[in-house]
Amino acid sequence: MEVVLDVLSWVFISGGLFFVVVGAVGVLRMPDIYTRLHAAGMTDTMGAGLILLGLAFQVDFGLTTARLFLVYVFLFVTSPVSSHALARSALIGKVEPVRTAPKETP
Amino acid sequence: MDDQIILRLAAKTLIPFILVFALYVQFHGDYGPGGGFQAGVIFAAGFVLYALVFGLRRTVQVMPPWVTLACGAAGVLLYAGVGVVTMALGSEYLNYNVLAHDPEHGQHYGILLVELGVLITVFGVMLGMFYAFAGRRSLDG
Repeated sequence: MEVVLDVLSWVFISGGLFFVVVGAVGVLRMPDIYTRLHAAGMTDTMGAGLILLGLAFQVDFGLTTARLFLVYVFLFVTSPVSSHALARSALIGKVEPVRTAPKETP
Repeated sequence: MDDQIILRLAAKTLIPFILVFALYVQFHGDYGPGGGFQAGVIFAAGFVLYALVFGLRRTVQVMPPWVTLACGAAGVLLYAGVGVVTMALGSEYLNYNVLAHDPEHGQHYGILLVELGVLITVFGVMLGMFYAFAGRRSLDG
């Protein structure tokens, strides 16, 4: 049982790390603020959610699980709102989205 | 800029939890990570969030600048006052053991009061600094 929980937990944590890394690469590589926000949103929802789920398997069911759940709820509310606020202020600040196709890199 | 309904709703929902979380950090400081400094900053952050979303004018109505200044002084007064009280009870400055019959309880009360002083001061100074920076144009004084 212990091993099963450990394996599950590490699978979730690795999945979460994968999304965090993908989000970081996206923030570095994407051309403008809107697409970068899209990549960063991945980090917040999938990455943090999966890591927290993995951590929840590491502890006994109880108060710590409830705290992890609260952290998740907090992230679930705040990160979309902050993404929304950023995108909105970019739009109001008249930041044009990139509409051209990316150039071929040799 | 009128229809910031998502921001307003999120801020309205979150601010009570931020304030309660600050108190949790404050009173958790006896047993684990936390304490007056962090709690004061989190408590002030709740007000800063309110100011960012609803505007400085309405925040000043909730928490006038003179209150933050008074908080900054009152916390230090509480901190130093605990020290003076322990001296009056016949011990060294900030020796909490004499605050209760049981020295262990005395330590508990002493740390609680001193941390409360830190919370009040840090909250007042943080928010006062925020007002000072944010209100230079729209509010004088």
